[in-house]
Amino acid sequence: MTRIDAKFSELRAANKKAFVAYVMAGDPDYETSLEIVKGLPKAGVDVIELGLPFTDPMADGSTIQLAGQRALDGGMTLAKTLELAAEFRKTDTTTPIVLMGYYNPIYSRGVDAFLEDAKAAGIDGMIVVDLPPEEDTELCIPAQNAGMNFIRLATPTTDDKRLPKVLQNTSGFVYYVSVTGTTGAAEAEAGDVGPEVARIKSQTELPVIVGFGINTPEKAENIAKTADGCVVGSAIVGQIGAGKSADDVLEFVAKLAEGAHRA
Amino acid sequence: MNDLFNSFMTGPDENGRFGKFGGRFVSETLMPLILSLEEEYERAKTDETFWAQMDDLWKHYVGRPSPLYFAERMTEDLGGAKIYLKRDELNHTGAHKINNVLGQILLAKRMGKTRIIAETGAGQHGVATATVCARFGLKCVVYMGAHDVERQAPNVFRMKLLGAEVVPVTSGRGTLKDAMNDALRDWVTNVADTFYCIGTAAGPHPYPAMVRDFQSIIGKETREQLQEHEGEGRLPDTLIAAIGGGSNAIGLFYPFLDEPSVNIIGVEAGGKGVNDKMEHCASLTGGRPGVLHGNRTYLLQDDDGQILEGFSISAGLDYPGIGPEHSWLHDTGRAKYVSITDKEALEAFQYCCQQEGIIPALEPSHALAHVMKIAPTLPKDHIIVMNMCGRGDKDIFTVARALGFDMGDEE
Repeated sequence: MTRIDAKFSELRAANKKAFVAYVMAGDPDYETSLEIVKGLPKAGVDVIELGLPFTDPMADGSTIQLAGQRALDGGMTLAKTLELAAEFRKTDTTTPIVLMGYYNPIYSRGVDAFLEDAKAAGIDGMIVVDLPPEEDTELCIPAQNAGMNFIRLATPTTDDKRLPKVLQNTSGFVYYVSVTGTTGAAEAEAGDVGPEVARIKSQTELPVIVGFGINTPEKAENIAKTADGCVVGSAIVGQIGAGKSADDVLEFVAKLAEGAHRA
Repeated sequence: MNDLFNSFMTGPDENGRFGKFGGRFVSETLMPLILSLEEEYERAKTDETFWAQMDDLWKHYVGRPSPLYFAERMTEDLGGAKIYLKRDELNHTGAHKINNVLGQILLAKRMGKTRIIAETGAGQHGVATATVCARFGLKCVVYMGAHDVERQAPNVFRMKLLGAEVVPVTSGRGTLKDAMNDALRDWVTNVADTFYCIGTAAGPHPYPAMVRDFQSIIGKETREQLQEHEGEGRLPDTLIAAIGGGSNAIGLFYPFLDEPSVNIIGVEAGGKGVNDKMEHCASLTGGRPGVLHGNRTYLLQDDDGQILEGFSISAGLDYPGIGPEHSWLHDTGRAKYVSITDKEALEAFQYCCQQEGIIPALEPSHALAHVMKIAPTLPKDHIIVMNMCGRGDKDIFTVARALGFDMGDEE
């Protein structure tokens, strides 16, 4: 059982929705980023998605791409991202961390070495955007074997025929991408999301968390109602990009968390 | 030969792999789209009406077959191997790009797609896509790095004349790879009506195989035409082509892969020289395997797996990756890959103008520079075929600048 599994059974027992927050590791700089990550659990974040910076984030909108550039310009790397996670782990042993990014930095490090490093750093699972089920032998299977969760995205284009394939080697939770598009671009509508979540839940026991296009406490509440929780990324990263202090960012996060937890 | 077990022509496998290269490294949103494209392409491949339509357009719209021209003066001057140029620069729109675009647009039509997107570097693929979209009445959106929009103004205007919308890409560093990122972002957003027309033999499966198949017309024609010149059964001894993503090269090479007597040489852009400063675009000679834009292939990247910008005088070669089949041909040793610097390419550019009265694009000028290096060392009965994949009209401003010739601000 990973920290992710434990967290979701705890939330389920308390009949509570999960609030997942995404931040880019090393954005705007290592120290501030660490301060923000350390403050997330107290702000009400149940699961932390930690962005691994990459030069070519094809599935992300400009907000997250710019965050990645700020991090890279500040000298962020895969190794430093894991170092940041390990630093966080010294202060928090229960909040799950999901590493989210693209495959090349991991492939470049070497899958086995990466999994060993990530585990040692206290990473619990990963979302690797450019690894669909067709490429499961690359990282998904080795990660599961190493006792980590591999969380897959399901999207509006994942039809019923394909859904079992997407769910097959998914663990931890399912991340439902509520809109076709990049992160931070379009707005999700609770009315459209509900039936899609039901469709996924009819085929899996895993929690379903909805992301993309959620940027206010009200939307967090409405979307969380339709599922087991919600993810907010670009809206938080946008605050960091606007130069807000760690305290201001965490205050913003706390409001979103309150919204999600009202659901 | 043509032993299936030892053939170089059977790839990719059902997972889109050429050895360990290739694959389908895309987000889930795009996965169903590339699977349905693969299905449609498999159907079209064996559909005679599809190929009849292609042949008709190739002949009457593009002007194929392109000539295989014996470069007599160059051959004499270099004093060694006999040099033939495959004149794909004479195609409609001035380069090999249209061979592939026609195929993809016909597929898009079959799939009922009404909106075409494309990425472009120098603008040649953008112009070819805009052209064929105009021909078939399809909406066309071309993503182009903001820097390239500036340095390739004539092609931007051409695309606009042809009715395309040109979107300058400012995300990332505003180059060809960023244009490809933004095209993928568009595709992921407009999944229902949009077809992504990729300009080179790279990207997720089935693009590398599909683009290769459409470009293979170059090699197929060469095979027949050389026999008209040199007698039945005569094969070229050496094939040479320039490589950015590698579509013109794979188009020339592919029909000859199982002929062991044919030497195959790909020429990468060496920029200012293939060195630690990475001021080049030579993915094979100066990069290492990685995953980008849907495929595993050789990439220019740093120690952390972050992608580096390429550098070349030729905007069409300015890409940090290469088609996965080339990576595989490189690793298996079936093809050899070399690099040519900007300076050498510029010299070849001028040499071609003066010796043959052909103004080549900067991309094939790289290939020609390598021809100039090896032809003198080869016997007179050795036949080299080089792919003249594009004409140089688009490059005269860049070349003038490099040679210190003042053309004024406007064309």
